[in-house]
Amino acid sequence: MPGRGRALAELAAGWLPAAGLGLGALMVWEAAVRIFDVPRWLLPPPSRILWEIFTTAELLGRHTWITVQEVLIGFCLATSVGVVLAVLLAYSRALERSLYPYVIASQTVPIIAIAPLLLVWVGPGQASKVIIVALISFFPIVVNVVDGLRSADSEMIAMFRTLGASKRQIFQKLQVPSALPYFLSGLKVAAVVAVIGAVIGEWVGARGGLGWLMRISAPQFQTSRVFAAIFILSALGICLFLLVGALEKVALRHYPNSDR
Amino acid sequence: MPAQGSSSPATAEPASYRWGGARISQPALRASQAAGPTASGFTRLELNGVTKTYPARGRRPALDVISDASLLVSSGEFVSLIGPSGCGKSTLLNIVSGLEEPTSGVVALDGDPRAPRLGLVAHMHQRDLLLPWRTVLGNAVLGLELRHVAATEARARALALIARFGLDGFEDAYPAHLSGGMRQRVALLRTMLPQQDLIVLDEPFGALDAITRSGLQEWLGDVLETDRRTTLLVTHDVDEALLMSDRIYVMSKRPGSTVQSLQVPLARPRTREALSDPRVIDLRRQLMGLLAGKPGVVEA
Ligand SMILES: Nc1ncnc2c1ncn2[C@@H]1O[C@H](COP(=O)(O)OP(=O)(O)O)[C@@H](O)[C@H]1O
Ligand SMILES: [Mg+2]
Repeated sequence: MPGRGRALAELAAGWLPAAGLGLGALMVWEAAVRIFDVPRWLLPPPSRILWEIFTTAELLGRHTWITVQEVLIGFCLATSVGVVLAVLLAYSRALERSLYPYVIASQTVPIIAIAPLLLVWVGPGQASKVIIVALISFFPIVVNVVDGLRSADSEMIAMFRTLGASKRQIFQKLQVPSALPYFLSGLKVAAVVAVIGAVIGEWVGARGGLGWLMRISAPQFQTSRVFAAIFILSALGICLFLLVGALEKVALRHYPNSDR
Repeated sequence: MPAQGSSSPATAEPASYRWGGARISQPALRASQAAGPTASGFTRLELNGVTKTYPARGRRPALDVISDASLLVSSGEFVSLIGPSGCGKSTLLNIVSGLEEPTSGVVALDGDPRAPRLGLVAHMHQRDLLLPWRTVLGNAVLGLELRHVAATEARARALALIARFGLDGFEDAYPAHLSGGMRQRVALLRTMLPQQDLIVLDEPFGALDAITRSGLQEWLGDVLETDRRTTLLVTHDVDEALLMSDRIYVMSKRPGSTVQSLQVPLARPRTREALSDPRVIDLRRQLMGLLAGKPGVVEA
């Protein structure tokens, strides 16, 4: 199909600059490490990191799966709590005045300070990591959905009212669809910070996961393994981001200016 | 293309169709339906000494928008309201459709100043306000959907009119792919489908090019001929008012007040040739004089 071919070509054109830049950087890195004979424990070349990923695939895979679970559960928790909270905040002025300042305040407390406390409260199991992921990623969702629900055009609301719409109908048929693009933007930000949250949680205290693996490997000068974990983590973040991006493309295909 | 001949099949629609099965959810709506329309089925609108002042807010001082508007639209009559921009025409329509209440004065439907208006007066805004995530058909049925009309019936009622609104073949198109004239016709279809007796139109063709506009004016005249409603049209286009109305009210600059009402002595619907009728030419001259704020110029 020529249509699909062109779409693929366009996709490739969109990704080519980023892929080229990344590849170039890796090549410079590789060359620099070899030319200046940097010791492996200080900075391994990319080829060594790749080698590490292949030879310890089983170990890395096990810990990746632990992290992925924490990220996904925390992300889903953040999405449901975030959306419910945003609806409440957009629905009631009183709730907004009393609750919203604390939602914002919750983000001014560094997660790294809360993490050890959580460890004390719920133990080193999965729960503490899920909570940290949720804490860090619910914020962009709440803020965006609140803005989105308020973004409904006031003339549109007036039009609905002249057609006899109830408050609930205006919410369902106008405010919710108006908030959808905002929600998906928030989701994209949340997807990326969710991965960071999981690593922080594992770093502070865990029995597994890529963050834990990095923390264990660094003092043993297994620098290649640390880098392997970093590579996998960023790939994870990018995948989640792209997944939400694809969802966005489908959900917003009829919205104006959605041909991003 | 937009002007459909009055010989279109929809002309033969049975009169009972007007009252076809709209279930209305809110108690206010139900109460006023129970109170019932007039025997003729058309609603008479009367405004008496209406004023509107927006109170001061923050640094913005209070604003008198309407100082004294009085007008009458009889059952089945087409009345236009013409005035300079910013004189409070849209505000007046918001008051008529119940979106806002007047600061003082009386708005009465069928002589009842306490009759509920919100949800019972069809109001077409200046902008088409189509929902971009809904198709033409989805937008058209919105008013029926909000009244809990069954989806299949709502679709059927919209499809029955879609050709007459020049939208056949575009049922499943999204607003982003429509021309300005088509979008306006979708908005009008959405406004008219719930079959309310009184319809207020706020510069419905104001944003369109002259050719599209004149086509739609004649077409709307035909549509309202076969499907009569009590209509109040706001416009700043003198020819539009002359072409479509039984009567024309002129409004002064802000704070607006209705200064004069002029009768158009020709039968409706009219074609553009009516605009070269000597009586209409004379009327246009009077209207222009009134709009320029020179009451001395007016003869008769
Ligand atoms: N909600 C409002 N609050 C304050 N001022 C308003 C409001 N709505 C309209 N106005 C003002 O009232 C005046 C008349 O507006 P409008 O009725 O839209 O005029 P028109 O439709 O005749 O052009 C304008 O100066 C506008 O700024
Ligand atoms: Mg206006």
